[in-house]
Amino acid sequence: MNNTTQSQTRRHSAASSSSQGAAKAPAIELRKICKSFGTVRANKDISIKVQPGTIHGIIGENGAGKSTLMSILYGFYKADSGEILINGRETIIPDSQAAIRAGIGMVFQHFKLVPNFSVVENVILGAEDGRLLRPSIAKARRELKRLAQEYEMDVDPDETVENLSVGHQQRVEILKALYRQADILILDEPTGVLTPAEADHLFRILDFLRAEGKTIILITHKLREIMEITDTVSVMRRGEMTATVTTSQTSPQALAELMVGREVLLNVEKTKAKPGAEILQIKDLRVWNDEKVERLKGIDLTIRSGEILGIAGVSGNGQTELLEVLGGYRTGRGTITVNGKTLDLSGRSDAQSRRHDGIAHVPEDRHHHGLILDFPAWENFIFGYHNAPEYQKNTVLMDNAGIVRATEEAMQRFDVRPPIPALAAKNFSGGNQQKIVLAREIERNPAVLLIGQPTRGVDIGAIEFIHKRIIELRDAGAAILLVSVELDEIRALSDRIAVMFDGEIMGERLPEDTDEKDLGLLMAGMRDRNRVADEETPNDYNDPRDDNDDDGADGGDAGGEGE
Amino acid sequence: MDYPTLIAILDSTLRLATPLLLACLAGLYSERSGVVDIGLEGKMLMAAMASGVVAYLTGNVWAGVGAAIGASILFSMIHGLASITFRGNQLISGVALNFLASGLTVLIAQALFHQGGRTPALSGNARFSTITLPFEAEIRQVPILGPLYSDVLSGHSILVYVALLAVPVTWWVLYRTRFGLRLRAVGENPESVDTAGISVVGMRYGALVITGLLCGLAGAYMSTGLQAGFGREMIAGRGYIALAALIFANWHPWRALGATMLFGFLQALALRPDVLSNFGLSVPDAFLDALPYVLTVIVLAGVVGKPTPPKAGGQPYVKER
Repeated sequence: MNNTTQSQTRRHSAASSSSQGAAKAPAIELRKICKSFGTVRANKDISIKVQPGTIHGIIGENGAGKSTLMSILYGFYKADSGEILINGRETIIPDSQAAIRAGIGMVFQHFKLVPNFSVVENVILGAEDGRLLRPSIAKARRELKRLAQEYEMDVDPDETVENLSVGHQQRVEILKALYRQADILILDEPTGVLTPAEADHLFRILDFLRAEGKTIILITHKLREIMEITDTVSVMRRGEMTATVTTSQTSPQALAELMVGREVLLNVEKTKAKPGAEILQIKDLRVWNDEKVERLKGIDLTIRSGEILGIAGVSGNGQTELLEVLGGYRTGRGTITVNGKTLDLSGRSDAQSRRHDGIAHVPEDRHHHGLILDFPAWENFIFGYHNAPEYQKNTVLMDNAGIVRATEEAMQRFDVRPPIPALAAKNFSGGNQQKIVLAREIERNPAVLLIGQPTRGVDIGAIEFIHKRIIELRDAGAAILLVSVELDEIRALSDRIAVMFDGEIMGERLPEDTDEKDLGLLMAGMRDRNRVADEETPNDYNDPRDDNDDDGADGGDAGGEGE
Repeated sequence: MDYPTLIAILDSTLRLATPLLLACLAGLYSERSGVVDIGLEGKMLMAAMASGVVAYLTGNVWAGVGAAIGASILFSMIHGLASITFRGNQLISGVALNFLASGLTVLIAQALFHQGGRTPALSGNARFSTITLPFEAEIRQVPILGPLYSDVLSGHSILVYVALLAVPVTWWVLYRTRFGLRLRAVGENPESVDTAGISVVGMRYGALVITGLLCGLAGAYMSTGLQAGFGREMIAGRGYIALAALIFANWHPWRALGATMLFGFLQALALRPDVLSNFGLSVPDAFLDALPYVLTVIVLAGVVGKPTPPKAGGQPYVKER
């Protein structure tokens, strides 16, 4: 490769690469792009230049217009006005095919793969060489082999995509773009579904690609990723591009302010927990899934009053089942007691009886288990508590007017925007939806709060608010079980951290006694630093950025050490 | 049951399974593209009427087949317009077309011929004649296997062989061609097709044209091959049976062959109540007639195996970010 010099200096080379690039035409230049949906102006006069061979970050809250802008670039939407220049030439992109021809590849947040197709079938879909598949498949096999070697992206071409891990599926998406000879790669929130190790590997791949001269646009709401890998970064807020800066000359704090438009607290402020009596006790809990596969293999946990126990782990290692069995909608074996009362796990109890026992639940998947999206906020506000006496007018009718009033007050207290009880749940942003669920569950001062992925799809301003409320509930004496795939969140909120892997608790740590690497090993199923568990031991864990991961660059959702 | 009886039953199995097989493969194309088609019945009915009318008026069976295909594709396109372009509910569109076909066919036939909604009996070139396969007489001499060739396989109208041939052709199209790859993809995850720069709408309309074509053949076979002319409601639920067979076959062409043969066998059995009574079983004729439908209900209720339908089936495609 002729890029050796560049690859040697590729880390933190923003200044040099932009001065190099000044001579060349930008790989992408957008001029005054506007796009409205009805009365909503999703993009207002967006102008941006991305130099070839750089990684350019686009950061902004949910609904800031990042995805719309990239969809315009990929031919999904047509801009109302404005120009797109690719490598200095004005290009019209009426559809995705045109974008692909212009050398643009896109890796969507939700993968666009056919689950029951093989890797190679997914790769050639839409880029076949002729009417018959055989020659295309043979060619794609050769090409995949070459790409795998070049970019450390080893994927079995004949494996069915649904059998691949999420990280590998993402690699297939990248390979798809590379197979179409993309020079410009757009990644939309690529790390949302990845483990820390998978995210590291992804960043290593992006590094390789940059060294090869590819131009990469990284859309994210995680400040830490921006700081870590990008050369330049643009901030979007409410459809406008508020700033474009060189990454090495900015800070997470400054970016967060540009994003939200006010000063934000990146670190969670909390006092040391004052744990009281043991509220929730779990002994030898075993749960089988619908296919009779054991998903929880003897879990022992206790949570005391006034304490947050965080469950870390890659999603799909039993956390969901744990929440479901505690929440009352999955059966299991073992013993769970709340305030000394033993819960029924055989299926005779349900989510409502759990609430009687003092367990409130903010489910992981708020769209399916937390809300009914087509129902108005005020109805969503009482689900699960709809039989409570204060919501009844008499024995037959419900006190709808009273519920609407109560909802409106709760919406004010929780800063739900807009505070309109009659608005359907689906019309609120992710953060505001989560606030509705949170208001419903925590305003009754439950003894135990189960909370799964509290800030998934929630923007940075709302994250701050939600974290504050969780801490407040803790300080009021609740026992809180927090499940999150965001390690930063776990570390920032938890008073104790338990790591789950393959249905077992790998270990417990105090947040001040552990670091990301230690937790990462436990998350990969390695019980101890020295002893290797018999599970697969991915070699990705020799984290290449150990040197810089505890030094405050992890602004993001929260900054680790609470005290 | 003696061997000649079995041969006779297998012979009618093949005849009776042919419209089911054609309709089943028709449904396969549509559903693999993500469009549920409960309107197979209506399309077959339209096709049967069109071929009955045109074959009688022209005296040419091929003109009848052409008309059948035309009528069936027309209905298929209405279904596409409602469910693909306007993103309507696919089931409702299909049911509506079935009702429309049920009334329209009788209306047209009655208006033209005044025979109570029938078309006049077809004869000569207006009907499909049977084809005798080569070396039929010689192979007949081979014990056991001979009659299978000469009496079961040989001696059907050309559409029977077209239907049989359609099975490997469909398999080949699905798994060996670019069109097939995209067709399977659009029924599983239309977004993957859209982001690859291929028109989801185009793929689905393309699939519906093939569905119309095959349904047209199925309907034409009903009135010009299996019977001699169109009669009201002559499809008698075969469209629904084909759908059940499609589920039974798990949307796979070779299994569709097996499933439709099973249904065809049950229909053939219903024509020969004497067979079972020879075994000492006294089964009411009505029960035998009902057997294919009973099996349909059992299959649709999901009793037999767990079907894995195309994931995007039944959902109109709406482009999202």
